[in-house]
Amino acid sequence: MTTLLQLEGVTRQFGGLKAVSGVDLSVAPGEVIGLIGPNGAGKTTLVNVITGVHRASSGIVRFDGEDVTGLKPFQAARRGIARTFQIVQPFPEMTVAENVAAAAMFAGAVRYGDEANAEALGHLRFVGLAEMADKRASSLTLAMRKRLELAKSLAMRPKLLLLDEVNAGLNATEVDHALSLIRGIAARGVTILIIEHLMKVVLSLCTRIVVLHHGELIASGTPQEIVQDPRVIQAYLGRRYAAGGEAAEGQSHG
Amino acid sequence: MRKSALLAAVLFLLVALVPLAGDAYWLRLGTTMLMYGVIAMAWNFIGGLAGYPSFASAAFFGLGAYAGAVAQKLGVPMGLAWTLAGALSLAFAALLGLALLRLRGHYFAIASLVVAEVLRELVNSATDLTGGGMGLNLPVPHDATVASQSEFFFYAMLALAAITFAAMLWATHSKLGFGLRCIQQNESAADMLGVNTTLYKVAAFMLSGAFAGAAGAIYASWVHYIEPPDVFDVLYSVKAIVMVLLGGAGSVFGPLFGAAIFLSLEELVWRNYLQVHTGVLGLMIVLLVLFLPKGVFSLRLPWRKGKP
Ligand SMILES: Nc1ncnc2c1ncn2[C@@H]1O[C@H](COP(=O)(O)OP(=O)(O)OP(=O)(O)O)[C@@H](O)[C@H]1O
Ligand SMILES: [Mg+2]
Repeated sequence: MTTLLQLEGVTRQFGGLKAVSGVDLSVAPGEVIGLIGPNGAGKTTLVNVITGVHRASSGIVRFDGEDVTGLKPFQAARRGIARTFQIVQPFPEMTVAENVAAAAMFAGAVRYGDEANAEALGHLRFVGLAEMADKRASSLTLAMRKRLELAKSLAMRPKLLLLDEVNAGLNATEVDHALSLIRGIAARGVTILIIEHLMKVVLSLCTRIVVLHHGELIASGTPQEIVQDPRVIQAYLGRRYAAGGEAAEGQSHG
Repeated sequence: MRKSALLAAVLFLLVALVPLAGDAYWLRLGTTMLMYGVIAMAWNFIGGLAGYPSFASAAFFGLGAYAGAVAQKLGVPMGLAWTLAGALSLAFAALLGLALLRLRGHYFAIASLVVAEVLRELVNSATDLTGGGMGLNLPVPHDATVASQSEFFFYAMLALAAITFAAMLWATHSKLGFGLRCIQQNESAADMLGVNTTLYKVAAFMLSGAFAGAAGAIYASWVHYIEPPDVFDVLYSVKAIVMVLLGGAGSVFGPLFGAAIFLSLEELVWRNYLQVHTGVLGLMIVLLVLFLPKGVFSLRLPWRKGKP
């Protein structure tokens, strides 16, 4: 199979507003795709349509060869689509380990009890949260919560991982840590679609970048192609990139 | 879990000794306490575990009472009538849940509150079957003495309480309870992690309905006479919530302790301040919700410091 995720003319309207408009996109297994675009471009909405949070107003979402357009979020999760939230969503009163175990047993088909707990601990070790396993999720710092989100989504044993601004609000060291984690996840063969405002992250991580603007996909290409695309510079990147500089620290909104 | 089960077994065995006192007052109080305990535990499935503030207890209780009474009127033996009443409440809760559990928070609370009123009106107007506003008499076995009957209904309620507790203990420590806790904490996140939230919530509501309904059926047989405003009394819904809040939502013994505390308070207040009874109940709710959302046992007592 050559495509894992295929979007055909996906549109999502909120009243008169087309938050996502006629998006065509196909993602091959193993790709790490960057989804960029200005605030309000429709990036989160697109993720919500893929995961079944919002129903597409029109268009088709295919995943793993099947039409998944009308699925509910829990059904999408069980088929192997995992996502992290732009605003982290732990179960605050549960322990860190329970948070991850929940993902393992409900989406990852791991048995309730010891099996799920062991699986959870493995993922927590991977993201460097093992020593927090028995702490309440609400006691974690923001950076830790973002890593918890990663551990949860890994426990779902996904084929496709949708990361919505996992680095927003993190400092430089924390971003570096998250970057190496995401690389590790990609190395496991998980296909990744990452929404990210930090160009440094996008450029160093992604095999391909797609650009959303006013709900429409205006460009798709390698990182080199994207930073030189006049429409992308106009709509999002600004002039610093046109000069051909690295300027990787820019774009701090979001 | 094994520890809780053992502790509960001891507790229920101790309660089983109450009839030995041979006092009619204590027997009535004990039966009432067990009934309150069942109503509170039943509410705990949907209200405590899933976090949905249900006011449907009165609807389930009343439905069970009338289902049991009508079945007995039609000649069904008592035990079977109770079982049928529980099953009917379970099925009713499933349909009701599919409709109402789409709503969240206050909207769900208000919608569930209305159900008892609707059922009450239906029972009121179905005069042929239910006797309407005149109420319904249940057959009294002729061969039994009053004392042996009181004892019988005490043990019946005790058995139901034990079954309800076992179900709650099982649910709390199973995948069902885990999923419900996820829903209670963050429903959309639970959905996104693969929890079939509709299925889980409806299952919790069904358990809630079945046990509250069975309690209603036993109650009807116990008191021999029911009428709509008595068994569809909204106070059952309110009391269920107050009892669980008193005892502490989220702990398996919370609802039972809450029922015991509540009944003690109720007896004191009833006897001494008959006129202000409802007012005192209202005040208790306000104080509880404001100051002790996790029950009286969550008070920061000196010897509990350091515990989570
Ligand atoms: N549930 C909703 N109801 C109504 N409008 C919505 C809803 N969700 C998003 N929108 C609108 O759709 C547009 C796209 O929003 P979206 O959150 O997808 O943007 P985004 O690209 O993720 O932005 P950001 O970079 O700020 O996260 C915005 O105009 C937003 O106001
Ligand atoms: Mg967004």
